[in-house]
Amino acid sequence: MDLHFTSAKASLEERAAIDAAALPFDSAAGKPAQDDRASETTQRDLLLPVLHAVQDRFGWISPGALNYVGERLRVAPADVYGVATFYAALSTTPKPKQFVHVCDDIACIGESEALISSLQHLGTAIERSPCLGRCDRAPASLGPDEAWVPARVGGTELRLLRRCAGGVDPESLDEYRAHGGITALEKALELGPEGVIAEVVASNLLGRGGAAFPTGRKMQAVANAPALPHYLICNADESEPGTFKDRVLMEEDPFAIVEAMTIAGFATGCEKAYIYIRAEYPVAAARIANAIAQARTAGLLGENVMGRGVRFDIEVRRGAGAYICGEETALFNSIEGKRGEPRSKPPFPVQAGLFGKPTQVNNVETLANLPLIVLEGGESYARVGTPQSTGTRLFCLSGAVALPGVYEVPHGTTLGALIELAGGVRGHRLQAILLGGAAGTFVAPGAMSMPLTFEDARTTGTTLGSGVVMLFDETADMMAILQRIARFFADESCGQCVPCRIGTVRQAEALQKRDFGLLDEIGAVMRDASICGLGQTAANAIASAGTNLKLW
Amino acid sequence: MVELTIDGAAVTVADDATILDACKRAGVETPTLCYLETLTPVNACRVCVVELQGSRVLVPACARRAESGMVVQTDTPRVRTSRKVVLEFLASSVDLSTAPDAQRYCERYGADPLRYGAAPQTVAQPVKIDNALYVRDYAKCILCYKCVEACGTDAQNTFAIAVAGRGFDAHISTEYDVPLPDSACVYCGNCIGVCPTGALMFSSEHELRERGEWDEQMQTQTDTICSYCGVGCTLTLHVQHNEIVKVTSPIENSVTSGHLCVKGRFGYQYVQNRPEDGSS
Repeated sequence: MDLHFTSAKASLEERAAIDAAALPFDSAAGKPAQDDRASETTQRDLLLPVLHAVQDRFGWISPGALNYVGERLRVAPADVYGVATFYAALSTTPKPKQFVHVCDDIACIGESEALISSLQHLGTAIERSPCLGRCDRAPASLGPDEAWVPARVGGTELRLLRRCAGGVDPESLDEYRAHGGITALEKALELGPEGVIAEVVASNLLGRGGAAFPTGRKMQAVANAPALPHYLICNADESEPGTFKDRVLMEEDPFAIVEAMTIAGFATGCEKAYIYIRAEYPVAAARIANAIAQARTAGLLGENVMGRGVRFDIEVRRGAGAYICGEETALFNSIEGKRGEPRSKPPFPVQAGLFGKPTQVNNVETLANLPLIVLEGGESYARVGTPQSTGTRLFCLSGAVALPGVYEVPHGTTLGALIELAGGVRGHRLQAILLGGAAGTFVAPGAMSMPLTFEDARTTGTTLGSGVVMLFDETADMMAILQRIARFFADESCGQCVPCRIGTVRQAEALQKRDFGLLDEIGAVMRDASICGLGQTAANAIASAGTNLKLW
Repeated sequence: MVELTIDGAAVTVADDATILDACKRAGVETPTLCYLETLTPVNACRVCVVELQGSRVLVPACARRAESGMVVQTDTPRVRTSRKVVLEFLASSVDLSTAPDAQRYCERYGADPLRYGAAPQTVAQPVKIDNALYVRDYAKCILCYKCVEACGTDAQNTFAIAVAGRGFDAHISTEYDVPLPDSACVYCGNCIGVCPTGALMFSSEHELRERGEWDEQMQTQTDTICSYCGVGCTLTLHVQHNEIVKVTSPIENSVTSGHLCVKGRFGYQYVQNRPEDGSS
């Protein structure tokens, strides 16, 4: 490719940082590959990690650095700029290298202003942020020197959270093995790919990321796809406001995620997997990276998994501050070094996903169920919960609740019982409950008897989404909450399609003007004509405030 | 061959045809803004959406492959509402004064951009004039991606521009918004050729419009063959008052597919070099 660059040159330090990050990862060797600068082919898939390296080191991506990134990876500078300006965590203007993110999203909105003033009073540079996935510690912040605090976990049936609750050292493979780890992988290798998939199908496991697609069917489709190679992606870009369960799983039981991914990859014929972790989860990313490294050393990953001739490895990718990258096809583009814009479906990921190849994409919690299913068998697994909503479910309780945290209960538990587990309502009389996050639905306090299942959510026109249960007492300013939700979607729209790019802005304006008729029409068109789930659900919570909370 | 139903009529189209192709075959006019037959569909404008039986949401006719047994409706209330509101979104945020197709669709679907209030957020901004050949007026840009595609792998492989930013702030840009002379731009003008709204415009046309002298009624269009090299590109010379004011190439031309190079597009001055006394 014949590329043209402006005269801006990178400094020696910038060049060194870019060179160090621009080496592709060699799975076989378990380390970065040799410098292949002589190659003519583009290395665009390294673009996001390289831009991260520059941002982390220098606080911004200078014109010289951007040129050198383009030269080094053989990507046009305008394209590099298009990618760099897409992500909130990357900056093309100088900014402080160190600052504190303060969440002013819906779970933190009431308390964030006081925190912001006190930090500013101390002279700390701050940046307002959408949900940081720490709603159990509202008002949430994320700084460079943040001390790690374990989340409160609880529930009536701790299966996924067993090790998290038991205080098992998340950084030790030996500890993980001592608490039952890796036995599922051993059994999966015995069962063979088809045996594993048969158990997952029998378990009737439905995806926990929000779309509730049958996991077994997805695995069958990828396993049977003729095109090669197959890819596995663990979607850990958990960014739905109010959601933090995947963070807890990754921080406190990372080996389980690595084991689960290995089982999924083995079953679907994937040799290469990515785990895409949102930028705001540095501890989760470090622990997952540590778990991968230890697993590789122990022969649980790599060229010959457990001596069984199976090749499988996992690469960690960091997100860069873009909610949309949790949408699976946007996630593919992000890994490929493109703007995180969703693709049109069909083709579906199982046919043509990452790099145009058949791709299995699963949410962290979904994958975390696989070891259980393999160990106890799909039929036995399906006896937990209800016939249509099998297994347990992680719920993220936040807002006006006494004991915010992650709670695991079998499907079918009522909303009221779940809230009681978290100590009940905190503060004044309950006004509203948000189920499923910003893309979810508000319900009135009268919904306490609703059983938490996929089928009940469907019949009541609500959603479990990503497991968000956020409570608002009567002191909450619901119109301000709705405005914040509207702003969230306008900020996070990728900008590709007209209904979402302009619709999310018009939605915020109509809400401000209290023009509810227009609001309905805008919502209907976003739902019907947007390319992806972001635009299609951007009006849901706001519309439900009218229908379920009777705010208008 | 694929057989499907468009508005109740059975249509047969080729295996690789889209719903849009099937609509054309059925004689149904479908509005499009980001679609062009020479470019990869990006289905971003969503003005071509249709109702497909069995689909939860509307689907873009321009990008969706036709499949046997599809039942498609193109004029239901859902379709009309979506098309109308999408056009209103555009008309309330973008200057469509030089976008005749968009204006025609707005009229057809009864789009009323004024109902979004007195001061909706818009993309209004000054015109970029940084070279002698063409101007970029992004206040008129609907972000259809066509210029990016024409500058990239669909035609020119120059990659001078890309979409930058996100959400409502998404915009077409060179790296760091550097002026075109500092960018990779080779002035082929293929971006102008595909722009559906006049956001990208010959400087000659822009200046005439600024002076209120642009008059398409007074213009003639003459096809000729470019004299610079042996490829043989067809040029369409747009002439007003005996001056070439713009050069295009027919999109259906098998040599150019509507694309040209800098010489064919802008190197026409020698044709109208006249003696000082004005005689020709």
